[in-house]
Amino acid sequence: MSRYFTEEHEWIDVEGEIATVGITDFAQEQLGDIVFVELPVEGATFDKGDDAAVVESVKAASDVYAPISGEVVEANGALEDEPALVNSDAEEDGWFFKLRITDMSELEGLMTEAAYKTFVAAL
Amino acid sequence: MTAHSDSNDDVATLEEALPLEALPLDAWHRARGARMVGFAGYHMPIHYDGIMAEHSWTREYAGLFDVSHMGQIGFSGDGVDEALEMLLPSDIKGLKPGRQRYSMLLDQDGGILDDLMVARPADGAFDGAAIYMVVNGATKYDDMAWMIEHLPDEVVMNHMDEQALLALQGPEAGEAMAALVPGTAALTFMQCGAFDWNGVALWISRSGYTGEDGFEISLPADAAEAFADALCALPQVKPIGLGARDSLRLEAGLPLYGHDLTPAVSTIGADLGFAIGKRRRAEGGFIGHGRVMKELADGPGTKRVGLKIAGRLPAREGAQIFVGDNLVGEVTSGGFAPSLGAPIAMGWVSLPHSALDTALEIDVRGKRISATVTPMPFVPHRYRRAAA
Repeated sequence: MSRYFTEEHEWIDVEGEIATVGITDFAQEQLGDIVFVELPVEGATFDKGDDAAVVESVKAASDVYAPISGEVVEANGALEDEPALVNSDAEEDGWFFKLRITDMSELEGLMTEAAYKTFVAAL
Repeated sequence: MTAHSDSNDDVATLEEALPLEALPLDAWHRARGARMVGFAGYHMPIHYDGIMAEHSWTREYAGLFDVSHMGQIGFSGDGVDEALEMLLPSDIKGLKPGRQRYSMLLDQDGGILDDLMVARPADGAFDGAAIYMVVNGATKYDDMAWMIEHLPDEVVMNHMDEQALLALQGPEAGEAMAALVPGTAALTFMQCGAFDWNGVALWISRSGYTGEDGFEISLPADAAEAFADALCALPQVKPIGLGARDSLRLEAGLPLYGHDLTPAVSTIGADLGFAIGKRRRAEGGFIGHGRVMKELADGPGTKRVGLKIAGRLPAREGAQIFVGDNLVGEVTSGGFAPSLGAPIAMGWVSLPHSALDTALEIDVRGKRISATVTPMPFVPHRYRRAAA
C-alpha cells in the first residue's frame, strides 16, 4: 500500500484500484475542533479537484477536494457520530471516503510523505 | 482544503488592506502558544488550547480575554450629558456614578453604527473622564469621526489608546478577581469603579460578553503583562482566544457588531429596545429617534431571532432562511454551541416569521435544514445581579 499527499492537505492510501482519502494531521490541527463532516454518498463520481466533502470546525467550514478522479465506494459513517475522530486520529480512523480510481496516472502528480513534510515545513 | 467561511472575518475591508498592528499583550499571547490571526486591524489570539476546551473552561472556571483592540474613549467638558444624549438613545443624565449601561450609536435613519458600553466614573476616578465609553475595535475610528462631527466644541473626547482592556469571565471570575483586588467583591452586574493593584490604577466593571459573571478591566498598557500574569497564576484562570469569545457570546445571545448588527438594521428590530430609556422614548432628542418611535408603534420589518438547528450541521453567517419557497431572512451568526453540543444561530427574519417556535428552513450548501425560532440566550446568563 502506498500513501500519497496533496498540497490541499489530504492523504490518499492506494490499495489496488481503491483509494482511501482523509485530511492530514497538520490540517486537523489547523482547523481545530471538528464538529461535523459532510461526506459524499456512495456512487457519487468526482473529477480530480471537485468538492467532495465539507469539514466544519467550531470556527469555519472548509471544502475537501477529490484528490484524484473516481467513484465513491464507501464513506466513513463513524464520522457522523463522532466527527472529533478527525482530530484524534486524522490519518487512520478519521478517513473520509474511499474512491474507485478512474485514472491511475493521476497518482503521479501527488506528493510522497517526505515531500509533504518538506511542503508543510515551508508553510 | 480551503476555508469558505469564517465568522471571525473582520467587516472593515479597508482595515484588512492595512498592515496589522500589535497590541500590548502580543508577545505574551505568543509565549503562551496562541495562534494569532488578523482581527479589527490587529494581531489577535484566536485560540491557545483549542476553542472547545477554552469555551468549556470559561463556562466552568474563569477565562482571561485580551480585548485591547476595542476603543476606549473618555469624555469631559461642559454639557457632556446633554451632548451624549444627542448621540445615544440611552438615559445618560440618569446614569449614576459607578454605573455602566449598554447603548449604541444610531445614524439619522436609526441604523446601528455601533453598540457600546457607557459608564460614569465618580468625580476624578478615571483619568478625568466624566463619561467612559468602550466601542468595538473594527469601528472605533469611524465612531470617533462620527462623534467629533456631532459633539459640540465644549465636549472633549479623549481616545485612551495607552490603555489595555482585559476581560475575566466565568463562574470563578469573582473569586479570582477578589484574590488580586479584594474590593471588586462588592461590585454587582454593570457596576464599575477605580481600584488599585500594586500601585497600578485599574478601572473595573462587572460586565462582559460571555453571559457569565465577570469583569472588564482597563489598565495602563505597560502594566497589562504583569496583571495578566498575576491572573493566570491563579489556578482557576486560563487565557482564552477570540474563537471561544465568539462561541460564548453566541450562546449568550449577544449580538456581534458588523454581523448581527449593521447600519442596515434598527434597535427595535434587533430586540435591543431595553437600551433606550423610558424618558428618552418619550422625549426623543437623539439621532435616529424617528425610526425607534415608528417601529415601537408599527413593529420593525425584520427581527433578530435565535435559531435552534436540527441535526449537527452548523448554519453559518450568510445562509439564507426560507419558509417554503419564500426567502424570509438570513443567518448573521452561526456555529456549533460547545455547551449544548448542537449547532445554533442568530439571524434576521421578516416579522411575520419571527415568532417563537416558528418552523423555518435554512439553506446550507443546497441542503435544507430545519430550524426553529427559539428564545435567547441559548445558555442562561449567570450575571451577579444586585439583590432586589
